Amino acid sequence: MPINYYIFLSLALFCIGIVGVLTRRNAIIIFMCIELMLNAVNLLLVAFSKMHHNAALLAGDATTIAGTDGQLFVFFIMVVAAAEVSVGLAIIVMMYRNIHSVDVNFLNRLKH
Amino acid sequence: MGITQILFWFLSIVAIFSALMVISSKNPVHSVLWLILTFFSISGHYILLNAQFLAIVNIIVYAGAIMVLFLFVIMLMNLNKETEPQKHKWLRIAGAVAGGCLLLVLVAALKDTDIKHQQALVNTGGIGLIKNLGKELFTTYVVPFEISSILFLSAMVGAVVIGKKE
Amino acid sequence: MQNVLQIVYLIPLLPLIGFLINGLGRKHLSKSMISAVGCGSILISFALSIWVFLQVKGGNVHTAHYFDFISVGKLKIPFEFKIDQLSSLFLLIITGIGFLIHLYSTSYMKEEKSEHFGRYFSYLNLFIFSMLLLVMGGNFVVMFIGWEGVGLCSYLLIGFWFKKHEYNKAASKAFIMNRIGDLAFLIAIFWLIAKLSTVSFDEVFTAANIAKLSSLDITVITILLFVGATGKSAQIPLYTWLPDAMAGPTPVSALIHAATMVTAGIYMIARSNILYSLSVIHAMGGEQDIRNMGGLSKKLKITFITFLIGCIAIAGIPPFSGFFSKDAILLSAFIKNPVLYGVALFAALLTAFYMFRLLFITFSGKFRGTHDQEHHLHESPPAMTIPLIVLAILAIIGGFVGIPEVFMHGGDKLGEFLSPVITEQEHHVSHATEYMLMGLSTGLVIAMIIFAWFKFRNYQRSEATGFGKVLENKWYVDEIYDAAIVKPIKKAGTFFSQVFDNKVIDGMVNGVGRLMQYSSRQLRLVQSGQVGNYVLLMVISMVLIFVIQFFLRK
Repeated sequence: MPINYYIFLSLALFCIGIVGVLTRRNAIIIFMCIELMLNAVNLLLVAFSKMHHNAALLAGDATTIAGTDGQLFVFFIMVVAAAEVSVGLAIIVMMYRNIHSVDVNFLNRLKH
Repeated sequence: MGITQILFWFLSIVAIFSALMVISSKNPVHSVLWLILTFFSISGHYILLNAQFLAIVNIIVYAGAIMVLFLFVIMLMNLNKETEPQKHKWLRIAGAVAGGCLLLVLVAALKDTDIKHQQALVNTGGIGLIKNLGKELFTTYVVPFEISSILFLSAMVGAVVIGKKE
Repeated sequence: MQNVLQIVYLIPLLPLIGFLINGLGRKHLSKSMISAVGCGSILISFALSIWVFLQVKGGNVHTAHYFDFISVGKLKIPFEFKIDQLSSLFLLIITGIGFLIHLYSTSYMKEEKSEHFGRYFSYLNLFIFSMLLLVMGGNFVVMFIGWEGVGLCSYLLIGFWFKKHEYNKAASKAFIMNRIGDLAFLIAIFWLIAKLSTVSFDEVFTAANIAKLSSLDITVITILLFVGATGKSAQIPLYTWLPDAMAGPTPVSALIHAATMVTAGIYMIARSNILYSLSVIHAMGGEQDIRNMGGLSKKLKITFITFLIGCIAIAGIPPFSGFFSKDAILLSAFIKNPVLYGVALFAALLTAFYMFRLLFITFSGKFRGTHDQEHHLHESPPAMTIPLIVLAILAIIGGFVGIPEVFMHGGDKLGEFLSPVITEQEHHVSHATEYMLMGLSTGLVIAMIIFAWFKFRNYQRSEATGFGKVLENKWYVDEIYDAAIVKPIKKAGTFFSQVFDNKVIDGMVNGVGRLMQYSSRQLRLVQSGQVGNYVLLMVISMVLIFVIQFFLRK
């Protein structure tokens, strides 16, 4: 597949995630949108890794493992995302416990 | 158009549609379900790219663990109603316009890149298989791997500390 | 071997030292001491000037270069004195008359307190110093320093009795009027620097440099210099400060302002005469001096004779000095243009009329003061009369140095002496015409005197009417200035101070503050603490950065 397609697909998903972050007030939905953006990036990384692999094969190296690091990056991103989700959801739970809402508009203490 | 292309377009449309539904559904539980669908379609893309390991991990970690965690939290808070207060109308429009602008700008910027004629290898290629990735992960990337386990541990401790009632 | 004239710096230095001693020590020195310092410094300068004059007469012309005054890039303005025929002559006039003024002042000002006496003499010395700097300066810049110094001293002297408000106003008026001329002078200097990048007389007046100037340059520079001269010499249209300048101590008003300061303008024009090439000028220089000698006389009470001589000299009756200089002017004017001649003749007649009117009013008819004043009348002390007599004698014989050729072949000694400096046009008028013109003017002048005699013989103070009133009010020029310049400027000033200043300037200043307050208040809203807003701004900034990065940077 042409790499352009993957680029535009990832961009679309990423921007949908951004729009979600911008338009919603529910902290959990915002968090989910962030996960969506991470996944868009992951998809693009895998696509690039296959692109590099393809380029290396075309160059004549039949036993190449070029592009492996791209997929390993995706793996690490998933690790970090999982850790992030656990901490983030804990924070949201605590926030709900304190103000009985997950509305980010109540989180304006930075102002004061 | 071969089966690969058809699959690609189908998965893309499903991913984008379900992503849009994630941000547009009023009920958070529906959002979670649409997001799981999105992750499944992305996993389908991974399979298409012959990255089976990542496809499985994506389903297990994201669609399985993470989204279930989300679902748990939502149900725990009893948020599965359409009670979410809406943002101001103009703010929502501004957000949508800003996101759209970003998409437009990035597409316009990237549509003429040098790599646009390159192909991503689909259906074949062994780098996405567990054999190759595991070898690389436990040789070249062994230190980051161990560090990530420490990160997990600390995240777990943090989550417990934060979530603990005082 | 250095030229002996290198020591001419002593001539201005002595009055400067006198100024410092008198100015700083005015509270401690006795009056006689102050007089000695004030007069002595000028006397030595005068003696030096005579020596310099003799040197110059012997053919020793020198430009004394002392140090670089301004050195910017290629432009170098040295501090230098130029000693030639013209400046040596003016040195004589200034130090000579200056000395007489000082002598006269010792007596005139003796009623003043010692402190003010010292102040007065320090001003006078500074004045002489400035005048000397003006005439000795080897370039336009040094000349300008003296020029400004003269203006300053004139201001100080006119406002000498600073406790009287109107004197202060007169001083300010003189100062401001002079500024107009000074500005023109300054612009002319800048113009010269821009065109020739030199201001030295020796370099500016070379044929090569003159050729560099376009006719427009020359016209503008000469006009500007002339405006400068009119300001300093109190000529039309910048003359109105002169009558007001009489507010100062009499010797100042009568002498300094007339005798020396007025000549400053003439000197400047004469110095730049290559640019003008008008033969009228040197004659005018002579005329002004003599008029001023007469001007001194007119302030004296009892010395009727000197007064009369002064009047006659100014009126231009042969063989007194005024006659020849006036005649020279009239002749030059006639050569140039008969209309000009008519105007000049009319002016001469008015001068004669005015002087004799003054004479008759002062000395004939009944005494118009109170008895008390009459009682106090007395002959002036010798210190006052002697300078007057000297001046009167000068007034009588002064003209003979400039006798036209028609009377005595080679008699025009003044013109001959100055010829190296002043390029004179040839007179091409037959002797018969010259005689005729002289006869005409003299006859008219005498007729005018007789007219004045009949008119003012039994003069009693009364309201002037008609033309007399116009004259009494200085031709209403002050009023015209008032209406045409002062009032509009005042109105504009009021407008600016009340409307422009309040609304625009204050508005701008306050507006900046208010804008800051307003914008900060609005910007504060951005810091809402709402995460959503921050993210929105973040995204917008990202869009902008991408736009700049990808599209605008190409």
